Amino acid sequence: MNSPKRTIIPFGPQHPVLPEPIHLDLVVEDEKVIEAIPSLGFIHRGLERLVEKRDFIDFVYVAERICGICSFIHGLTYCIAIEEIMQIEVPKRANYLRLIWSELSRIHSHLLWLGLMADGFGFEALFMHTWRLREKILDIIEETTGGRIIFGSAKIGGVRKDISSEKLAQILEKLKNYAQEIREITNVFINDSSVKHRLVGVGVLSKEDAYILGAVGPTLRASGVGLDTRKLGYAAYKEIDFEPIIETAGDSYSRCLVRIREIFQSIEIIKQAAGKIEPGAIEVKVTGTPNGEFFARTEQPRGEVIYYAKADGSRFLQRLRVRTPTFANVPAMVKLLPGCQLADVPILVLTIDPCISCTER
Amino acid sequence: MKIFVMAKKVLTSLCARPATFRYPLVPKTYYKNTRGSITIDINRCIYCGMCQRKCPAQAILVTKADKEWKIDRLRCVSCGYCVELCPVKCLSMKNTYSASTQIREEEAFRRA
Ligand code: SF4
Ligand code: SF4
Repeated sequence: MNSPKRTIIPFGPQHPVLPEPIHLDLVVEDEKVIEAIPSLGFIHRGLERLVEKRDFIDFVYVAERICGICSFIHGLTYCIAIEEIMQIEVPKRANYLRLIWSELSRIHSHLLWLGLMADGFGFEALFMHTWRLREKILDIIEETTGGRIIFGSAKIGGVRKDISSEKLAQILEKLKNYAQEIREITNVFINDSSVKHRLVGVGVLSKEDAYILGAVGPTLRASGVGLDTRKLGYAAYKEIDFEPIIETAGDSYSRCLVRIREIFQSIEIIKQAAGKIEPGAIEVKVTGTPNGEFFARTEQPRGEVIYYAKADGSRFLQRLRVRTPTFANVPAMVKLLPGCQLADVPILVLTIDPCISCTER
Repeated sequence: MKIFVMAKKVLTSLCARPATFRYPLVPKTYYKNTRGSITIDINRCIYCGMCQRKCPAQAILVTKADKEWKIDRLRCVSCGYCVELCPVKCLSMKNTYSASTQIREEEAFRRA
């Protein structure tokens, strides 16, 4: 008996579910995917090299623009790396503000992902409603920082903008109302049978695979590994009481659940932070130049990001290396695909929340 | 198994007002903080070139000899760094965006 004929189907770099270009060669037998061969590198921008030409203080603006979704945390991680090298003590209030903005960006990123997911499986009404809610979070961000996506509020030695306590109370009040609306929408993801049909049991990543392949963020936690970089206690996270969110099934549905639960966790964390934040300075003056090296690690909505910075005492860094979460999740994504149906490929690619621009920097 | 979980939301949205508004008939309200576009009070500028040197997008061109300050609006990423750095504080950030254009042209300011 002949084995069925194998065909290679190209997926991407332009594909309706992909906001950014990644290319996969899908080896298929009938409709079943046997192997997926990824190729990356369509939008390399050489931002890491730019560090040699930009003053280390100005580079925060470039670091923030590495990604268009988790921009704030990129800027923040760069600042943490430099602050550690220069041994700058960031004021407490600045640390809390950094935490609040990080969590706001997590909420908006997860809502964005839920919307893209709904769009991916063709549920347009759900997509529109998720993004309607995301817009409200963006409004809070714009009101407090001046930018909708690129906050521009992280700075070496602290933050640029302050949030007054009245404003903070208003934000909490708003978030409380939004939480209810978000719950209404996320319940559709959790309960609706047509949605579940597309997600439950599809693209299972076992706990061992997730760990060995070095997956990060919700992709890792949905497979039952409770690693969350926020637990390292950077910014003000050490003073906040929270536990990483874990699901154990490892399928697309679990990855969806982890992100949904993280939205509510983030709201909870902001609430805690608002209760603990104290008045005080929001920045310290930075003098001198960095000399040394440091690995900074933080948790982005998509997982752990690592910034390696090396400085030699001049105003320009010698080397900056950014390991973004999607880069770490690509091996896991390639592992998910074999055995699935061709029609499920777009959804599976989406479940790792790919952010290709930041992967290629 | 639940089906039509979304039905209630869909029905209420059918009767509700649209979530979007009819821009530009209804003007958009910007926040005080919104980083929109850069303006300059050219008569106070001392042409020191600080903004040009530090701009992350290299959008500014200052020519001291001609007393001219130019900005490429399509390059500017509205980060607001130049406003922060300008020694005489003649730059400011408006909270409305610059108008859209079709040609890439630098906007030049000269001392009157
Ligand atoms: S920094 Fe200010 S004073 Fe100096 S050139 Fe720019 S706008 Fe003029
Ligand atoms: S706002 Fe930023 S990008 Fe725009 S001109 Fe000023 S420094 Fe350059």
